This record gives sequence, structure tokens and C-alpha cells, in this order.
Amino acid sequence: MGEIGDILTAIFLVVGGCFGLVGSFGLIKLRDPMSRLHAPTKATTLGVGGVLIASLIHSFAVDGYVSVHELLITLFLFLTAPVTALFLAKAHIHRHSEDEVLPSPGKDTCWAVLDHRTSRQIIDEAEYGQDD
Amino acid sequence: MILSYALYFAFGCFGLAVLMNLWKIITAEGVGDRVLALDTMVVNSIAILVLAGIQEGTEVFFEATMIIAMLGFVSTVAYARFMLRGNIIE
Repeated sequence: MGEIGDILTAIFLVVGGCFGLVGSFGLIKLRDPMSRLHAPTKATTLGVGGVLIASLIHSFAVDGYVSVHELLITLFLFLTAPVTALFLAKAHIHRHSEDEVLPSPGKDTCWAVLDHRTSRQIIDEAEYGQDD
Repeated sequence: MILSYALYFAFGCFGLAVLMNLWKIITAEGVGDRVLALDTMVVNSIAILVLAGIQEGTEVFFEATMIIAMLGFVSTVAYARFMLRGNIIE
């Protein structure tokens, strides 16, 4: 059990390390800001996931019981990475894009990020009436 | 034996990754890239802490890892909100 656990842990550590390195290298290497968003959010998250799985297998092989901490951290990272990517992409569109270069927003009138009235103002007007 | 070599390899990989993130923070041309590099650095530091936990054989690092993960997420959202709106708490 100990030997197999060591080998499995080593495999997951090496795979995770490679993915983490690729993710951070892509952050430097890729040219477009929107494609730079790919590397850290996908490859780095996968690399950290590999390291956490290695830690899980290691603690199971050494102590004989499964610890839940790693699963918690993995779940948290896999939930938050897409949210941060979405926020950064929204901020990038808000700061750098014009209406003409973006694709059509479908059945809406315009992209919500580029709307001149912010959603806070819309809520305020709905609650307090048109005051300005 | 094989485990200690794999640990050193992973430490090297993630240390190099943190250095590349630092380089990106210094040389980035926009504030969005800088925030993205900071977020990646938080994730890499989480990996390094987990690796230290494997090497030491303790579980005390997991609380620190959890706190860093939550604070990293909140700070990235705060940065993105600051870029979008100009303030964080309206």
C-alpha cells in the first residue's frame, strides 16, 4: 500500500506541477488579453487540483483515513476560478471594447457591461422615481 | 524516495510559476493583466502551501490554505468591481 501510494502521489505531483507551470507560462506567452485569461483560469486550476489530489492520496496512504480538507479546497477553487474569469472578462470589455467590435447581444438592446446607465441607477430609479 | 524527488519537482514548478507571475505583474501593460497575474499568484501560493503540508506531514497548513483561497477570491472580485465601477462598496 505504501509503495503504490507513493507512486500515485508522485504521478499526481508531477502532472500538477507541469500544469501549473504551463498556466503561468501562458500568462506571459499569450498575446491577446482575452486569450491570456485562458491559461491561469484553466491550467493553473487543474495544476492545483492535481497537487490537492496528491495530498489526498498521500494522507490516505500514510494515515489510513481520507481527509476532507483537500476536497473542500478543490471544490472552492473549481467554483471560484470561473467567477473570477467572468469578472475580469467583464472588466476588460468595459474598459477596452466599443459597441461596434462586439458581437450582437441577441434579443437584448445592448451589452449590459457597456450600458451607460448602471444597474444601480436603474434600481434607484425604480425605487425612488426619476429624480435627476 | 520517488516521492521526495516528485515533491522537489513540484516545488520547482510552482516556484518558477510564482516568479513568472511576478514578472507579469511588473511588465503588464494594463491593469486587467496585473489583476489576473495577482489572482494566479494566489492560486500558485495555495499549491505551494499544500506541497509544504505534504512535505512536513502535517495538516496545519490547510486552514491557512483555505483562508488564502477565500481572501484571494474576494480580493480579485473587489479589484474587478473597482475596474468596472470605480468604487467597491456603493
